[in-house]
Amino acid sequence: MAENVQHAIAQKKDEPAGANEWEPKIIGFLCNWCSYAGADLCGVSRYQYPTNVRAVRVMCSTRISPHIVLELFTAGADGILVGGCHLNDCHYITGNFYTEKRLRLMKKLLEDAGIEPQRLRLEWVSASEGEKFSKIVTEFTEQVKKLGPSKVKKDAALKTRASAADGASQTFRLRALVGKELGLEKTGNVYGQKLDQTELEKLIDAATKDEFERSLILELSKQKARSVKELGQIMDVPTDKVLRHIVVLRQKNMIAMEHPDGLTPTYKAIEIGGEQ
Amino acid sequence: MAATDKIGAVMVVGGGIAGMQSALDLADSGYKVYLVEKQPSIGGTMAQLDKTFPTNDCAMCIMAPKLVATGRHHNIDLITNAEIAIVDGEAGNFTVTVKQKSLRVDPKKCTGCGSCAQKCPIEALNEYDENTKIRKAIYVRYPQAVPLVYSIDQERCIGCGICAEECKAKAVEYDQKDKVLEVKVGSIILVPGFDEFNARLKTEYGYGVFQNVATSIEFERIMSATGPYMGTILRPSDGDIPEKIAFIQCVGSRDEHCGNEYCSSVCCMYAMKEAVIAKEHTSQVKPSIFFMDMRAFGKEFDEYYIRAEKDYGIRFVRSRVASISEDPKTKNLTLKYVADGEPKEEVFNMVVLSVGLRPPADAEHLSRVMKFRLNDDGFAQTEVFSPVDTSRSGIYVAGAFSAPKDIPMTVAEASGAAAKASTVVSSARGTLVTKKEYPAEKNVEGQEPRIGVFVCHCGVNIGSVVKVNEVMNYAKTLPNVVYSEENLYTCSQDAQERIKQKIEEHKLNRVVVASCTPRTHEPLFQNTIREAGLNPYLFEMANIRDQCSWIHMHEPKAATKKSKDLVRMAVAKSRLLEPLQNLTLKVNPAALVVGGGVAGMTAAIELAKQGFKVHLVEREKQLGGNALKLHYLPSGDDPTAFVKQLEKEIAADKNITVHLGAKIKSIDGYVGNFKTALEGGKEIEHGIVILTIGGQEYKPQGEYLYGKNKDVLTLLEFKDKLHKGEAKGNEYAFIQCVGSREEGHPNCSRVCCTGTMTAAIEIKKKDPNAKVYVLYRDIRTYGFREKYYKEAARLGVTFIRFEDDEKPKVEEKGGKLEVKVKDEDTGKEMHLKPDYLVLAAGTRAQPDAGELAPMCKVPQTKEGFFLEAHMKLRPVDFATEGIFLAGLAHGPKFVDESISQALGAVARAGTILSKTELEAEGIVARIDETLCDGCGICVPTCEYKALDVMADKKDPKKKIVEVNVGLCKGCGACVGSCPAGALTQMGYRDSQIYAMIDAMFEYEKPKQEVKQNEH
Repeated sequence: MAENVQHAIAQKKDEPAGANEWEPKIIGFLCNWCSYAGADLCGVSRYQYPTNVRAVRVMCSTRISPHIVLELFTAGADGILVGGCHLNDCHYITGNFYTEKRLRLMKKLLEDAGIEPQRLRLEWVSASEGEKFSKIVTEFTEQVKKLGPSKVKKDAALKTRASAADGASQTFRLRALVGKELGLEKTGNVYGQKLDQTELEKLIDAATKDEFERSLILELSKQKARSVKELGQIMDVPTDKVLRHIVVLRQKNMIAMEHPDGLTPTYKAIEIGGEQ
Repeated sequence: MAATDKIGAVMVVGGGIAGMQSALDLADSGYKVYLVEKQPSIGGTMAQLDKTFPTNDCAMCIMAPKLVATGRHHNIDLITNAEIAIVDGEAGNFTVTVKQKSLRVDPKKCTGCGSCAQKCPIEALNEYDENTKIRKAIYVRYPQAVPLVYSIDQERCIGCGICAEECKAKAVEYDQKDKVLEVKVGSIILVPGFDEFNARLKTEYGYGVFQNVATSIEFERIMSATGPYMGTILRPSDGDIPEKIAFIQCVGSRDEHCGNEYCSSVCCMYAMKEAVIAKEHTSQVKPSIFFMDMRAFGKEFDEYYIRAEKDYGIRFVRSRVASISEDPKTKNLTLKYVADGEPKEEVFNMVVLSVGLRPPADAEHLSRVMKFRLNDDGFAQTEVFSPVDTSRSGIYVAGAFSAPKDIPMTVAEASGAAAKASTVVSSARGTLVTKKEYPAEKNVEGQEPRIGVFVCHCGVNIGSVVKVNEVMNYAKTLPNVVYSEENLYTCSQDAQERIKQKIEEHKLNRVVVASCTPRTHEPLFQNTIREAGLNPYLFEMANIRDQCSWIHMHEPKAATKKSKDLVRMAVAKSRLLEPLQNLTLKVNPAALVVGGGVAGMTAAIELAKQGFKVHLVEREKQLGGNALKLHYLPSGDDPTAFVKQLEKEIAADKNITVHLGAKIKSIDGYVGNFKTALEGGKEIEHGIVILTIGGQEYKPQGEYLYGKNKDVLTLLEFKDKLHKGEAKGNEYAFIQCVGSREEGHPNCSRVCCTGTMTAAIEIKKKDPNAKVYVLYRDIRTYGFREKYYKEAARLGVTFIRFEDDEKPKVEEKGGKLEVKVKDEDTGKEMHLKPDYLVLAAGTRAQPDAGELAPMCKVPQTKEGFFLEAHMKLRPVDFATEGIFLAGLAHGPKFVDESISQALGAVARAGTILSKTELEAEGIVARIDETLCDGCGICVPTCEYKALDVMADKKDPKKKIVEVNVGLCKGCGACVGSCPAGALTQMGYRDSQIYAMIDAMFEYEKPKQEVKQNEH
């Protein structure tokens, strides 16, 4: 998919966008029942808004996995807008609640990766809010313009970090935690207790950071075996923490030590191997 | 009615190495055992160790068989995740209330496959790895854990429900409640082990603040192949190999500032071991050990010390490190210390703190609910002459809970405590144990093999890689396979019923299970087929998990093919399997105890109390041995009175026959059936032998004017003089290590330092103005004995340390002794003019050990002491079954240690004497007499002395080898050595092994048959 996305973004770039003026590429994922309908109403009502957003219709905003978003950013998208129904109005009852949880994870991961989380925006737009839709698009386009073009494509380090965020978003651990989050808060856990939202978010944030850093270690050591100190410097993470991540990755058979001649071992990601 | 109101059951509190030993000894002697452990699995501290001194054995490798045996013993009930709440009643009849915390997993259903933990999204630090690794909220403490049951960490679990979704065996029970159990037992053994000293209290060393300062137990995990760094030595701050590692001794030991004045006994040895193993694992490492006295006092420990220094280049620095500081950038550590009279600073890359042993956290709780006394240091109080008794009758103690100690002493004590616990309830022996009844065995002789193959998915462990269904179908195509099925878990309870049912339904006479490893699961399946009337040896396993699906996770096709190969091989062997009978040997329930010192007397009395006949053979005309020469013990107890007491007990016990002034001429026979001839014609028949022949004090003829000047005496000679009031003088000098730690006798004699303190204190008590000098190399007053060292110093005894190569010089000038010695600590030359020069002469083996050793077929050390079956875990056993040892015959030791060992030997002997017959292995070597030419090449290959060259009964001129199947353990060493091909190993015949090999090369052959079957 990555290739297609890159291709699409490249094509958009080729479109004339005024004399040398950079125009952001923004993708809008709109839910069929509210946001997409709201956008239609906007058209019917002739509310004008910038040309930057390309809409992709989905049945529910919750369809958008972190992987889709992170891969788009990795490929160089400048902004992503996700639109859903207002809370409690979801056509599929709870879909947008899940969207909300997932967007939080995506923003955390973007932050970890070094991509401005403001490039990702979640909005609730009902089928009757045509004007709101135009305002949001206008405002969001302005915001992305202010942020400037995404640096992911030009900045190899940033791209690696974006890939790492994408990798982290696909781990079973984060998917499981975020998937269960809503239920644990609202319906309660297997012991019949409802978990405190702040506590749970703290736990998930810590897990997200860990998984991102582990994923980044794997990305960085794919091509070249690297030492703990080297990784710590590139990642800007204390070396003792890098080592602890490596212990976990070795336990899962995802990274291997290359025995040193001197005193500093290096590690290389294992292509096949590892548990999910 | 029952002859007793005693309960034939014992509770063992603590599931470490001591708890397992006590439990196994008791369960094997006819008692029901409840083993209570506070963790969810047993194994204790030893399970965390990488290697053990002085043999450098892998700790897990040597303890795993005990773990498995404890877990599977049908007379041991494991009560894990539990603690003692209330104890009522009295010796012989206690009622114990046990609180068991919910595991939230049904142990009966959990197969230990681990899918739950793989998917659990909650990470926690793993206590087993000393927080150097990660575990999940549902976990087992370590991979080899027993029982292999996952449990939910209730503090961590967020209740997401994923583990229950993952568990195919439906074992997760979130609503499982805590339980309160009431257990009736006759006696109790306390073996809760120890806690490590909290190194944070020594703030000057920066533990918990500086990343590269680790404790010794953390370092064990760092060294371990199953630890965080998989066996490479790395430092926690940045993963570099720490080139310079400093070990700091006595952290939390011998230190009144932190409240622990005692010596922790084990740290010197474990630090040396860690230094040696670190170097072995990662050659770049250069360890230094900072110590005060090097206390390598155990059997062959000093040889280890020498090897560490000479062969491994470990650097030893005699100094107490004052403080550590950290370079915030490099995280290297600067040590400040004084050596050779000068302050020094030295930079290291990593520091290991040799933390001392503390009483376990629940010591006070246990003492409160069980009403027994703790000593001043918080350990269980014991007495010299009753080293495994607590202050409460019927409750016994072993291992580090009574004093810091190493594994061999712990294991011996654990057996010793088992003996005492057994004596209390011996009238109820056999009343609560169950013996499994099996249906009559079906005769399968001459039948065409009808093989059933059961292929296991092991949840997703096998099934997600290997196409189990394909393997199962393939098995059906193999010759003689009449039935095959696949199971989610072949080891589950319901699967056992299915296997039995299928054996009936399809008239199976061989069973093959393709699943995990036979090392853990073979006994389970053998039991199942036995319940269906098949001989247990008609079973074979194919290991398609541990040695296939788990190691070929990304090659499902190849793994499936390999599984088929493994199944084909197992089937090929199973075709040739034959029923084997476990031979039984009658046991003569009488004991022979050789040597009537304290160890021998103790063993005899305890065996007799348990109802066994005992023959106590003593060479001398009186009982008592070396104890009669001691006169003083530092505790103030009277050894002579103690011997008198034992003599009285022996005289009153009808079960004991004492043979004084008796010498052994020959010992013949084997376990259960020995025949011993005494010189003078007496013959004794007995089932076991305990060797307690003692040792003797070295007579240092010619050393330090000994034998030339009457005022130069050995320690025992001097004590005798002192006792009689004949030692009169103003100045006394003691020289340590005379005949110990020297060329030819490289090891420490263990008791001399403390013995010297006892004498020195006695002198000072009688005459506070007397000058007393102790010339030493290292003071080795280990354990609580440290307080006698302190006491001597407090009384004004002067200690002068000399270097190994600068021994004191003794001259006689005008009838007066003159001793010159260089004090290494001050560098000053000292001139002493003692009235008495006392030589702390070493302990030597009894010379007649060399005569007994071949009679009993047991080995000796270079120094002539008997050599036990295993230095660590079988301290009072010999490899030759039915023969045990205790006391000085094993090596130098204190009276209390000899008593513990003697009791230990009793418990070990009890596992044999309590049975009317012994069941020998089914897998044994057999000899074809027509092929054997009696060359005897096989004889020395047998560790168990099961082979002998004999005259052939049919043709007395011909020699022939006889296999004593009662002693054979079925290793096959002799079979592999036989040049004539006359030896066969049952269950592993050549034909059976070749059948597997042939099957291995028989690729794809049965394909045609698949087609035929399809038509």
